[in-house]
Amino acid sequence: MKAAVILFPGSNREGDAARALKQATGRQPDIVWHADHDLPTGTDLVVLPGGFSYGDYLRCGAIAGRAPIMDAVRNHASRGGYVLGICNGFQILCESGLLPGVLMRNANLHFVCKMQHLKVERAAAPFTSAYKSGEVIKVCIAHGEGNYEADDATIEAIEKDGRVAFRYCDENGVLGGAANPNGSRNDIAGIYSERFNVLGLMPHPENLIDPLVGGVDGNGMFASLAAAAG
Amino acid sequence: MKARVVVTLKNGVLDPQGKAIEGALKSLGVDGVASVRQGKVFDVEIEGQDKAAASASLQAACEKLLANTVIENFKIDLG
Repeated sequence: MKAAVILFPGSNREGDAARALKQATGRQPDIVWHADHDLPTGTDLVVLPGGFSYGDYLRCGAIAGRAPIMDAVRNHASRGGYVLGICNGFQILCESGLLPGVLMRNANLHFVCKMQHLKVERAAAPFTSAYKSGEVIKVCIAHGEGNYEADDATIEAIEKDGRVAFRYCDENGVLGGAANPNGSRNDIAGIYSERFNVLGLMPHPENLIDPLVGGVDGNGMFASLAAAAG
Repeated sequence: MKARVVVTLKNGVLDPQGKAIEGALKSLGVDGVASVRQGKVFDVEIEGQDKAAASASLQAACEKLLANTVIENFKIDLG
């Protein structure tokens, strides 16, 4: 699999994403500058990494979502190419129109940085085939604006089409309540595009790939992608 | 030409920051505050004197970047 990680001014998890991709695929991803207009030839997967692009000025992801490289990312997605947006990357996908809805300030107004359990809603290619549907995984979250919101019709459409990828839960898989860290509608932690080739999620699977640092539950996502893209 | 763009949250969109400000005003003893909604103000200087062109530019600016129309409304005031 050939992956490209986009680097925006203020990205800070591009190295983590690259490490996870290298570990899963054996191949070092390209790091692509936001002001470029083209993706490397043969790119299978584009990753928008976490961080604070443009210092979260205006709205989180708003300026990065309109960066020159995003036209190429949109074209890649419309051709059916895989796009993964993690944390700030999820915010950028929403701002760029590649995913519906918006990530608002956490309901409790706090930046949350902690371990978090997620329920895998849909174990399917390309992002989650290495998991089981309904499986509970432990990853981490670190965000101040992760409160997923969309109008009622959009939420209904996302739910009806099974486009919720992950929901916040406790270690026993019980959804919502205190296990929802940010007030997200329907405990949504990540969603797919209509064609299931674009995934945005607030948690950081790329940081849970080594037993030395808290677990390896994030490996499944990168193994799934490596299997899907060959 | 000077213009002012005001971006506000649509009705019904939860505004945790506005709620926090509202709570702080109450705890400061400021009377009569029923609710607070937070928004943004942009003061924009437009080249030239063509009002129609300025209005079109500002409309484009709002739709393309200044407002996220999923959750926000915008209002343009041309001076």
